[in-house]
Amino acid sequence: MRAAVLLFPGLNREGDAMRALEQASGVKPTLVWHAEHDLPSGTDLVVVPGGFSYGDYLRCGAIAGRANIMHAVRAHAERGGLVLGICNGFQILCESGLLPGVLMRNKDLRFVCRMQHLRVERNDTPFTNRYSRQQIIKVCVAHGEGNYVADPETIARLEGEGRVAFRYSDANGELGGEANCNGSINDIAGVYSERMNVLGMMPHSENLIDPMMGGIDGRGLFESLVHAPARAA
Amino acid sequence: MLRKEPDITPALVAEHGLKPDEYARILALIGRTPTFTELGIFSAMWNEHCSYKSSRLHLRKLPTKAPWVIQGPGENAGVIDIGDGLACVFKMESHNHPSFIEPYQGAATGVGGILRDVFTMGARPVACLNLLRFGSPEHAKTRHLVSGVVAGIGGYGNSFGVPTVGGSVNFHTRYDGNILVNAMAVGIARTDEIFYAKATGIGRPIVYLGSKTGRDGIHGATMASAAFEANAEEKRPTVQVGDPFSEKLLLEASLEIMAKGCVVAIQDMGAAGLTSSAVEMGAKGDLGVELDLDKVPCREPGMTAYEMMLSESQERMLMVLWPEKEAEAEAIFRKWGLDFAVIGKTTDTLRFVVKHQGETKVDLPIKELGDEAPLYDRPHVSTPQQAVLAASSVNPPVSTATALLQLIGSPDMCSKRWVWEQYDHLILGNTVQRPGGDAAVIRIGDGPKGLALCTDVTQRYCEADPVQGGRQAVAEAWRNITATGATPLALTDNLNFGNPERPEIMGQFVDCLRGIGEAASALDFPIVSGNVSLYNETQGRGILPTPSIGGVGLIDDVAKSVGVAFARDGDAIILVGDTSGWLGQSMYLWQVCGREEGAPPPVDLVAERRNGDSVRALILSGHVNACHDLSDGGLAIALAEMAMAGCIGAAIDPAPAAVPAHAYWFGEDQARYILASAPQDAQDILDALAKAGAPAVRIGTTGGDSLQLGADAPISIAELASSHEGWLPKFMRGETTI
Repeated sequence: MRAAVLLFPGLNREGDAMRALEQASGVKPTLVWHAEHDLPSGTDLVVVPGGFSYGDYLRCGAIAGRANIMHAVRAHAERGGLVLGICNGFQILCESGLLPGVLMRNKDLRFVCRMQHLRVERNDTPFTNRYSRQQIIKVCVAHGEGNYVADPETIARLEGEGRVAFRYSDANGELGGEANCNGSINDIAGVYSERMNVLGMMPHSENLIDPMMGGIDGRGLFESLVHAPARAA
Repeated sequence: MLRKEPDITPALVAEHGLKPDEYARILALIGRTPTFTELGIFSAMWNEHCSYKSSRLHLRKLPTKAPWVIQGPGENAGVIDIGDGLACVFKMESHNHPSFIEPYQGAATGVGGILRDVFTMGARPVACLNLLRFGSPEHAKTRHLVSGVVAGIGGYGNSFGVPTVGGSVNFHTRYDGNILVNAMAVGIARTDEIFYAKATGIGRPIVYLGSKTGRDGIHGATMASAAFEANAEEKRPTVQVGDPFSEKLLLEASLEIMAKGCVVAIQDMGAAGLTSSAVEMGAKGDLGVELDLDKVPCREPGMTAYEMMLSESQERMLMVLWPEKEAEAEAIFRKWGLDFAVIGKTTDTLRFVVKHQGETKVDLPIKELGDEAPLYDRPHVSTPQQAVLAASSVNPPVSTATALLQLIGSPDMCSKRWVWEQYDHLILGNTVQRPGGDAAVIRIGDGPKGLALCTDVTQRYCEADPVQGGRQAVAEAWRNITATGATPLALTDNLNFGNPERPEIMGQFVDCLRGIGEAASALDFPIVSGNVSLYNETQGRGILPTPSIGGVGLIDDVAKSVGVAFARDGDAIILVGDTSGWLGQSMYLWQVCGREEGAPPPVDLVAERRNGDSVRALILSGHVNACHDLSDGGLAIALAEMAMAGCIGAAIDPAPAAVPAHAYWFGEDQARYILASAPQDAQDILDALAKAGAPAVRIGTTGGDSLQLGADAPISIAELASSHEGWLPKFMRGETTI
């Protein structure tokens, strides 16, 4: 699997994403500067990592979502190529139009960094084939604006088409209440594009890949991608 | 059109915080009346914050050397050797006054400033910590200040992309009008790629990098060197505004040009901005400096020389570059979208010359600006010794269980989860021991080595007995690091005190420093960097003396580190160290009995060393499953914390007959630890401790879902956790005051 990790000024989890990708695939991903016009040839997977692109002084991800390189990312996705956006990357994918909805301020208006359980909604996607359906995994969150919001029609469509990737839950898989760390509608922690080849998610699976750092439940995401059939034309 | 500069009058001199005798010193030094800009420069260089004029004499006595110390105090940050060609670069610094006036920006720029100190030396920051002291929870401003400071620290560190892994938060009415915000940053560099402020070579370009200069923060350092009056809020315009995005770019660009070999010398623009950084680079290199302010990138037109020289706009750097590398460095900075301007050159004149719009605004002897700063041996008197409070003279007002629940949910002892969940403590993926334990442990790169990091001080001990308080602050940091299995290597200090012109405050300073020095020597824990914050006084009332200690330790394999959480049912619980039941100045006495009195626990440095070294050896041998040092709240609190962290209870033997029960459970004798180990290893551990001369006794066994202290009724972990986790969120929601 050839992965390209995008670097916008202000992102800061690119190293964490690259470490997780390399651990799963044995191949060092390529770091791609935001001002580039093209992805490296043969790219299977584009990862937009977390951070604070352009300081997030405007709406989160708004400037990066309109950067040069995003035209190439859109074309890659249209060809069926895989795209993964994590945290700020999710916000950037929403701003770029690759995913529906928007990430608002957390319900209690504070940044939250904590361990977080997720329920894996389905395991027949390129991103989750190493998990089991409805598996409860422990990863972490670190964001101030992760409250997923979309209009009722969009939410109904996402739910109807099975496009919710992960939901916030407690350790027993119970949804709602304190388990929902940011107030997202329907506890949504990540969503797929219509063709299931683009995933945006707020939690940081890339920080849970080592038993010493609290667990390895995050590895499944990257290992799934390594084993996904390459679909980019 | 040039504005007319004000005439130099005694009133203007006084406004600049310069005393008449200090002004006379300036006249004698330069032989003429200073220009307005020069007066500003003297004010910036000779205030307490920049010149350490009240503290220098005493700071010199601190132990600062060890074979592993690469750079002690005097540079941007301290540097220690951690093996494998790597160095750890770290420092702690205060942003107390700005944070009281404007909590979010004050705290944010405090973090920004200390991060810059670390990466200026060529180190990539890998962790931040902090030490916060707020006023009484009942004080009307406390909630607002906690909210703003925590959000500001998080806002800066999270965006910059460094994990905030540890800290300390306490409340006391003596901080009502003067909170403390001490921020610590830790970075990793290659030992052969450390950069210093010392300029070399004549005629080399001096380059300005980073954000543009604005009118913010003018005289910030002077403000930080004066006591607050009732109108403190009116000083808001002297607080700078932070931009973590620019700082992140500055970090990446700076490390990139360092790696490309472009940099001769580098100094960040912190307190006193362009003035301090330029003078320091020249003075350290025995060179003159000439600046042309027409070249300085400015945020707004019409800025005067005075304003540019004193601005404390953030996210700026000054460098001397190798002339042949100038173009390469500029291209790197442009790529990151940062300003890059050659604004001057080094000279052989030993003069600090500043030109603006064709006029020479400043022409001063560069070395004397720093070297000839006033130095005061201020009169000091020691705090009177307090009587030792006999444990038997303290009647327990409530049962042990009630006292434990009350203490564990008190403002100082409660969980600070509400605070540290707002800090990204997991970014970089190297956080092994997270906030909430003794010391944080982070892995260095891909390991296996790691750093143990903590911040500590017990201000009520320092108030009651500055020498013992100073010793205890160092000993506790050393203990916290030891309790993870790491070897303490060096510390940074942040000395927060009141007005040094009062002999009793100066006495606290001198005596705390004596205690710090004694402990640092005895424990081989040298001071490699630090910061002094005096004049922490509002309307004549000083803060509690608060010499914050930031400790750094090293562990060869992070897999060998242990945390505070009980790990398994049926483990033996061993108490290391002597327990006399010392209640003077204890948390129990304050929070449960409502008394703040008595002598604090004495710190026996020989016992500290012996007990700590023995405990560390046992941890590294792999036979210890959990370890916690004993401090505030004593044995009962430590046991409760270990039980809550692991969700495993414990049954503990009754207090020995020789010690009153409440003093046994809550006394704060020093040099103590709790270990948990497999029962079959317990005797070997006790034997090893006995052989080393460290007092130790098995006091109980882990298991169940409640904590049973002697014959008292068991307290469920759920009940403990509810009290422990409850107070701070409730307080911040405005549902409770105490």
